[in-house]
Amino acid sequence: MNPSVGATGLIFNEPLLWEKGARGRCGFSLPRRDVAAAPLNESLQGEGPDFPDLSELEVTRHFTRLSQWNFGVESGMYPLGSCTMKYNPKTNDRQAALPGMAGIHPLLPIELSQGALQLIYDLERYLAEITGMDAVSVQPAAGSQGELAGMLIFSAYHQSLGRPRTKVLIPDTAHGTNPASAALCGFKAVPVKSNEQGVLSPEVVADLMDEDTAGIMITNPNTLGIFEENIRQVAEIVHARGGLVYGDGANMNAIMGIVNLKAIGVDVMHLNLHKTFSTPHGGGGPGSGPVCVVEKLAPFLPVPRVVKKDETYRLVEDMPQSIGKLHAFYGNFGIQVRAYSYILSLGALLKKVSQFAVLSANYIKARLKGVYHLAYDQPCMHECVFSDKLLEPYKISTLDVAKRLMEMGFHPPTIYFPLVVHGAIMIEPTESESKEDLDHFIDAMIRIAEEAREHPDKLHAAPTVTKVRRLDETGAARNPCLSGR
Amino acid sequence: MKELSQIVLPKDISYTQNHEWLRQEGDEAVVGVSDYAQDQLGEIVFAELPAAGDAFGQGQAFGTLESVKAVSEIYMPVAGEITAINEDLRNDPASINTDPYGKGWLIRLKPDNSDDQKKLMGRAAYLEMVKGKQ
Amino acid sequence: MMRYLPHTAEDITAMLATVGANSLEDLFAAIPEGCRRKGEMDLPEPLTEWELNRHMEGLARENAVSPEFKIYMGAGSYDHFIPAIVPYLAGRSEVYTAYTPYQPEISQGTLQAIFEYQTLVCRLLGLEVANASMYDGASALAEALLMAIRINRRRRVAVSKAIHPLYRRVVETYFRPTGFEIVEIPYLKNGRTDLSAIAGSGELAAVAVQSPNFFGCIEELNAAEAAIHADPKTLFITAFSEPLAYGLLKSPGSMGADIACGEGQSFGIPRSFGGPGLGMFASRMQYVRNMPGRLIGQTRDVDGKRGYVLTLATREQHIRREKATSNICSNQGLCATMSVMYMASVGGTGIRELAALNRDKAEYLKNAFAQAGFSLPFTAPTFNEFVVKFPAGFDAIYRRLLEKKIVAGLPLAPYYPELSNHYLFCVTETSSREDLDQLVKEVRA
Repeated sequence: MNPSVGATGLIFNEPLLWEKGARGRCGFSLPRRDVAAAPLNESLQGEGPDFPDLSELEVTRHFTRLSQWNFGVESGMYPLGSCTMKYNPKTNDRQAALPGMAGIHPLLPIELSQGALQLIYDLERYLAEITGMDAVSVQPAAGSQGELAGMLIFSAYHQSLGRPRTKVLIPDTAHGTNPASAALCGFKAVPVKSNEQGVLSPEVVADLMDEDTAGIMITNPNTLGIFEENIRQVAEIVHARGGLVYGDGANMNAIMGIVNLKAIGVDVMHLNLHKTFSTPHGGGGPGSGPVCVVEKLAPFLPVPRVVKKDETYRLVEDMPQSIGKLHAFYGNFGIQVRAYSYILSLGALLKKVSQFAVLSANYIKARLKGVYHLAYDQPCMHECVFSDKLLEPYKISTLDVAKRLMEMGFHPPTIYFPLVVHGAIMIEPTESESKEDLDHFIDAMIRIAEEAREHPDKLHAAPTVTKVRRLDETGAARNPCLSGR
Repeated sequence: MKELSQIVLPKDISYTQNHEWLRQEGDEAVVGVSDYAQDQLGEIVFAELPAAGDAFGQGQAFGTLESVKAVSEIYMPVAGEITAINEDLRNDPASINTDPYGKGWLIRLKPDNSDDQKKLMGRAAYLEMVKGKQ
Repeated sequence: MMRYLPHTAEDITAMLATVGANSLEDLFAAIPEGCRRKGEMDLPEPLTEWELNRHMEGLARENAVSPEFKIYMGAGSYDHFIPAIVPYLAGRSEVYTAYTPYQPEISQGTLQAIFEYQTLVCRLLGLEVANASMYDGASALAEALLMAIRINRRRRVAVSKAIHPLYRRVVETYFRPTGFEIVEIPYLKNGRTDLSAIAGSGELAAVAVQSPNFFGCIEELNAAEAAIHADPKTLFITAFSEPLAYGLLKSPGSMGADIACGEGQSFGIPRSFGGPGLGMFASRMQYVRNMPGRLIGQTRDVDGKRGYVLTLATREQHIRREKATSNICSNQGLCATMSVMYMASVGGTGIRELAALNRDKAEYLKNAFAQAGFSLPFTAPTFNEFVVKFPAGFDAIYRRLLEKKIVAGLPLAPYYPELSNHYLFCVTETSSREDLDQLVKEVRA
């Protein structure tokens, strides 16, 4: 057996920022004072915030040590289902950091920001081409704001026809953001049960779809990693009753160059540039959630729109049916630059990205089948969902498997999601991992299943080699301590 | 999780399908959740309760119980007006886990009518229902 | 082969054999024919790393940036010096390439950093609890107003017209399908919000003012607090686009604000055409369960060691679904991390000096304009930004200055039609006195 990737090493303790430093230090090169102090009414002046005073090295060492307690994609395999933790190419960051990109003021006269406007314009065209949709706005700042844009478009569209609707259908395999986004727009979320194959049945949708339902939100491939094969029939049913189909594009990494989203009946969708298009996840964000629509819904897109006229890129505000603005400016431009760089680096090879992502997931599924319980034994797309059912006799849960994986040098998969699978273990390897790394991961999972039978205590105790061991989350919630003293 | 045999179900109170219990005390009634319910919910970290004076119908949600990763609604066993809530739960939500029929009570209420109580279950019927879920 | 794709022909063959498929196409057999794309994607030929560099440098040259251009424009996006350690430390891949810290044992770096961010934001804004970030100042304001409505269940909010006009437009977008009402509060001749308009606005869930406001004017928050809390149920929300001001000014919390929210881009984050920035959001502990966004809390591990976890997650979309306090999931975590690195670098002593320097430089330019005979229509004290009214026809001079690579403020007429010939100027520590003298000279010429 290969030695485990995970190993022990020296880890530093590091206090909180305000437990360090001494009053009077400063880690910042204060600019020269070349003007006189101007008076300001005392009643407006405060004490100034109680920030610690630290030297530059103290700050640098502090955050270097903190970073060493973290696990990122560049530390090791990060098969977090539904999150597409692929490699984040360094060249993308170089481009976003160019002074002519990072330094642009958003409200410059357009003739002074033609490069940025061209980038947005071209990125929107490329995303339209990749999805098959007609028009795109990159303004939403993250996937869930893209969903909000989509739901606002649902609402505005029905309003424009003079018959507002009150409900939205949401399958039980949906991301939690879907019902929350629908609710923000005043829609009531109506759950739709998926069938025994883990996909939507047209009959079930037909029963629920009525003239008061604005449409349906579908993730395809769904959160079980299965392609919704009845999607076209479902879309026809929804369209026949005047509804719209929303596609959650969180799982686009499975189908680039393979599926045409417009052809399957999607009217509005969002993408996650921080998933499919390789931009870094940053410990929780920033993301970017472009919203893509078919022609008839283009008038509802957020403003301003970037258009090209006489070889000049312009910002157009005059769109009376637009849902309005979602972001003070144009969304997370720095993330858009990275995604644009990624698309230009790969071009039509993006299809290979999806093929390899799907191959890797199926490879893991084939090799772990029987070792772990496979919730739905269907061909999977870019992710596969197992459960802890076979480990129950040994009182080992999904959580234990996840914690033990850390010690072996892997970030755990997504656990306990999707909710339709009890004790779910949702694995998304992405195309970035080599066969050797996939094999290491699979070997680790097999070894854990063996340990579950032979040394269950080892799993219950895991992780033991991390900076901290299992944490008291109940205590954290009962007596919240959300800021330091 | 507890085995069925470990679940405590007092005889002198009534139960609902949603796992609340109700104990009549003079004109008023005290409401909480059953030992089975607290065990299923796991460690309770917060109870969101209505204010005294609020009124709800039978079966209407009157609050929520939160564990670390789940939220469950709690429903009125009978229609009535809330006369008091268990203020101690703010500092000690764990008592819902440790003493669900005592210190872990949720609300006191004044029932609108006595008929509602006829729809509640006794210990035996409730136990049968819980058995069916396992 | 493409450098991001590791699978060799042999790997593919071996993996397909394990899967039991004959070809890569076979893997997609479940997708019905009618769902498939016809033909290949029509995208540009893939660029090598070196070709991409050239292409991007070409695009970057089409954008005007300092120091080549002198840009006296703020309006929610500020030019501040960023210490080299901020991008360096934030770029460490363990921080940069991790996701949401769902597995706390291997995410303590992100968790402690965000806990420190929450703490320093609380200290900056004078409040008790700050979340782990919102998308930007605009959506933070929209979420603050919706939070107030959740708390007191009223249906109308009042928003000062001196709040950033683009923030107000985002608020309108968030409110449109809800049926809640937005009332606008006018501004006075001195550039401050007309607090006397609050009393007549009916039963309000919240009143929002911005300080320093869009015109750079420092609002009298104590007077605003008194006017707003005259109805004790109404929440007092303060917005901001320039957090550096609180290095010098009284914090919103100390002036009675219930929620303070705004844009944190000034703290170590490049302007980047307006994003990614940082939505800062803080409130009082009594309202914590109504707050949107993620929260990090301190706790102990099984050995009693101090550690951090995501907490109070039952407010959030993945658990409470349609009843969540917001639909936000991914936030601006890395930007929050950059800002805490910046706040730690500047420090308590430094931020006071830096804030004062910013204001003093802005005052220098303001006085220079006044001495040159230009009108300063708003008399309230300002921070970093101020409005100048030029004689009619100034737009020709403005355009001439653009050719000289000077952006002489932001014309306000598109946002406030009543303010034609009014320009909003911004000065930060990045401008030298010579730059400012030169600007005045050019404007007068």
